[in-house]
Amino acid sequence: MQDKCGLFFCSYRAESALFPSGFQRACLAAFLLALVIIPLGINSYYVSILCLMNIAVIGAVSLNLLTGLCGQISLGHGAFFGVGAYTAGILAAKGVPFLLVLPASGAVAAMAGMAFGLPSLRLKGIYLAIASLAAQLILEYVFLHWESMTGGSNGLMLMAPEIFGLKFDSDIKMFYLTLGVAALTVLAVSNITRTRPGRAFVAIRDHYLSAEIVGVNLFAGKLQAFGLSSFLAGVGGCLWAHYTNFITPEQFNIGLSINYLAMIIIGGLGSVLGAIFGAVFLTVLPEALNAVAALAGQMLGGDPTASLAALKGGVFGLVLTLFLIFEPDGLAQRWRMAKAYWKLYPFAH
Amino acid sequence: MEYYLQVFISGLVVGSIYSLVALGFVIIYKATKVVNFAQGELLMLGAYVCFSLTVEYGLPFPAAFLLTLCFSLVLGLTVERLALRPLIGQPIISVVMVTIGLSSVLKSVVQFVWGTQIRVFPQVLPVVPITIGGLPVAPVYIVAFALSLALFVAFSAFFKYSRTGIAMRATAYDQAAAASMGISIKRIFAMSWCIAAVVSAIGGVILGNINGINSQLGYLGLKVFPAVILGGLDSMLGAALGGLIIGILENVCDGLAKDILGLDGFRDVAAFVVLVIVLMIKPHGLFGTHEIERV
Repeated sequence: MQDKCGLFFCSYRAESALFPSGFQRACLAAFLLALVIIPLGINSYYVSILCLMNIAVIGAVSLNLLTGLCGQISLGHGAFFGVGAYTAGILAAKGVPFLLVLPASGAVAAMAGMAFGLPSLRLKGIYLAIASLAAQLILEYVFLHWESMTGGSNGLMLMAPEIFGLKFDSDIKMFYLTLGVAALTVLAVSNITRTRPGRAFVAIRDHYLSAEIVGVNLFAGKLQAFGLSSFLAGVGGCLWAHYTNFITPEQFNIGLSINYLAMIIIGGLGSVLGAIFGAVFLTVLPEALNAVAALAGQMLGGDPTASLAALKGGVFGLVLTLFLIFEPDGLAQRWRMAKAYWKLYPFAH
Repeated sequence: MEYYLQVFISGLVVGSIYSLVALGFVIIYKATKVVNFAQGELLMLGAYVCFSLTVEYGLPFPAAFLLTLCFSLVLGLTVERLALRPLIGQPIISVVMVTIGLSSVLKSVVQFVWGTQIRVFPQVLPVVPITIGGLPVAPVYIVAFALSLALFVAFSAFFKYSRTGIAMRATAYDQAAAASMGISIKRIFAMSWCIAAVVSAIGGVILGNINGINSQLGYLGLKVFPAVILGGLDSMLGAALGGLIIGILENVCDGLAKDILGLDGFRDVAAFVVLVIVLMIKPHGLFGTHEIERV
């Protein structure tokens, strides 16, 4: 408790440490332990939601790297996620082991991301957003019409992944797999923000001309951001494909891209923690609406499923709009304020 | 060859509707620098309101049309006041996301009230085709084209000669300078959303007369992006031409892809392929203004 009045660093190394205090490390360890234990005691419906959360965290954290840190708005993240998923589907069908499929999906997605990121040198702001929208729609078209590879609208089937003879064929096993990959992703992205390329991303976002003048290579920086972000999205897509065991083009439509953007906005742009909050929030939201609709259906006696889809869209839009108007810094900012409030409670000055 | 001429003409008609929606988009962008992803939903809502008034309440079409325009006026005002005004001065991504959120809300309102199945407008215009140059063309196509042209001319004149139009251009150019000359920025913002909503509703009603309406109509809003990018985001002439070009390109490419490559459904992406190529060559579109940046 000795560091409550502030942290005093004697070196840059100490200052940029991920977890400067022992208390933080203890909290994180407790949280991870809880994550490992809790799924053992709850029913598999909740475990499946937790799985989806892990995958959403990978997607959101990777988009946050591109949009939050580097400032390149991408409306095509869902499609890059889809490229990873389809690569996984195609390779798995050829009998490639999962441990190779996982990085390969990321690599193919990274190539797609960098190809569509090429125009980013000359485009910025809204023009880039629209170019990425074009990437989304063109890739969607490829998923649907390259039938010899993707199966078109019939989709692709996948088997449960297998690592060294261990088959991940239940929700709970998939949970541990996705949790592991998600934790590695979060750790990787947190560390990237502390490196030279990570700082270059932020410089490009904040003022690209100044960044160029101080020696940041704009084109390389933007391309790196596109590549890294799409790589992680592809890894997420690979897990998604193996988790659902069945992929179709409409899973990776513009709605998914918007969903990921909404996650990082609701969580707080540019913050890794925020991206995690946003991913958890937007994964829980539709499930919560399902529960509410089922309850309302029981009480009123009607069949709510017809208007449920409309309700989900409406609530999603409303939540997004309200966050933008009333809490533009997102859940991460709420979290910081809550921490600051409790830090000196009840003796806040 | 005759097939391609037919394709060309239907492209021209679809294009004129793109032009209308693009016009609404450019008006908002010109005055407020807001990129509106909800343009397609404004169109859809207008079409549904007009449909309700004529079919469910039995109003004569002209009355229903005028009421729809009034509704769109109010809709534009409300949307601007509630969602956009709090975000003045925020970064692009916030503004983009708020219009995406808005489109999601409007779409769900339409699904709640009218459901998701296709609705057919009553026939307002005669159905006997008129022959132009040996090709039969439905009258509704000609009306659609003429109306787009008339609106384009009217708005060009509005921006060039009326006090309000000039005030809107001044606001777009430099908000602080415009405000210091006594222009109410808030009023300009509200007006641009009103105009855009009304123009979109007109597009929606025309489209409803041609194809019928369903809750997927909002996707048309995405099609507008190739059109406005091609023309440059802040050029009215660019929007009008861009819309027509995209409409024609889509239909012709679709025909070519089917004949030569045997690809189905190329219509939906043709415009976006063109868009990527245009952005690679001319990052500010064909008619857009280049920004000069200083450190």
